Amino acid sequence: MTRADALRAIYPAIADRPVVTIMGAVAAELQAIGHRPNFFYLQHAMGLASSMGLGIALSRPELRVVVFDGDGSVLMNLGGLTTLARYRPRNLVHVVFDNESLLSVGGFPTATSTGSDLAGMAAAAGVPRTATVRTIDEFAREFAAADAARDLTTIVAKVDAVGPSGYVTGLALLENRFQFQRYLTDRR
Amino acid sequence: MPVSTSSSRVVYDALKGTGVRLISALPETWLVHLIRMAEDDPEMTLVRLAKEEEGVGISTGAHLAGVKSAMLMQNHGFLASINGIVSCAQLYRIPLLMVISHRGGFGERDPWQTEGGGVTEELLRALRIPYECLDDSSRVAGRVAHAQTLAYSSLKPVALLLTRELMWEDPS
Repeated sequence: MTRADALRAIYPAIADRPVVTIMGAVAAELQAIGHRPNFFYLQHAMGLASSMGLGIALSRPELRVVVFDGDGSVLMNLGGLTTLARYRPRNLVHVVFDNESLLSVGGFPTATSTGSDLAGMAAAAGVPRTATVRTIDEFAREFAAADAARDLTTIVAKVDAVGPSGYVTGLALLENRFQFQRYLTDRR
Repeated sequence: MPVSTSSSRVVYDALKGTGVRLISALPETWLVHLIRMAEDDPEMTLVRLAKEEEGVGISTGAHLAGVKSAMLMQNHGFLASINGIVSCAQLYRIPLLMVISHRGGFGERDPWQTEGGGVTEELLRALRIPYECLDDSSRVAGRVAHAQTLAYSSLKPVALLLTRELMWEDPS
């Protein structure tokens, strides 16, 4: 499964969801599929996308938030899994694209390549629903199930270590930030 | 424990008075009363962190979602948060209100606190984060309000340093 195909599979389901992504391939690929004002790309601060999603989810319980995380980013903020689980926002789906590498900086392997199990860590942290998926069908099914369950879910999607040729897009960081804030304000 | 309850109340009321409705925190001695006050206040969302840098992400999400927040942490928590402050709050122009207990200055008895105290203000200056010390309870409300006003007009992080004079009541 490629990350781009996985994103395409659930793209219709996130049309009206506040989405926070990490930097790098996820941000570039989601923008290539089609940027929307409800998508925010945290283009640095590795590890904090899930914390940002938690901040939005706690502040606006009526919104259903989606975070697209990565193995490298989650590994930088493993404690954040315990905070997520502790507050258990039922309006947050946490997707971790695990390509077992730091793709955008040379493809060096992360610890998930040697057996560290992020879904297992999320479950042990107390996240009530977790899954590891390896195919597009499984991913789409788990994402829909997480949505229907209305409970905090971490889905680890094992994806190929392939990505776009470049990571800088035409969307300026601050344009994205203010557009996303305006989207959240207008949804009140 | 001689942490000042009355000063903690003044700081808490000042934060709430500026509209803060979400506080992220990691406990430290000087913050115990402030954290309890947040915990006991049904109008406040308290997020207990594993590490302070998470608070930068949480406050960023809260701000974009329309909720005013503050981070409560020790100066060592500020040191631990610097990448998040620079590459999230400053990069994305987030009005981040940081309330930092300024340990390690004159009067500090804990040897392990003494390095951080000496670099906190230098780092704030290096990061060009405007800050003021809270050392007099009669001036707390004004300084907290002014800090929040600047954070929102500039869309940048600001810091308030809680000093020993304000937070500690020596029994001697």
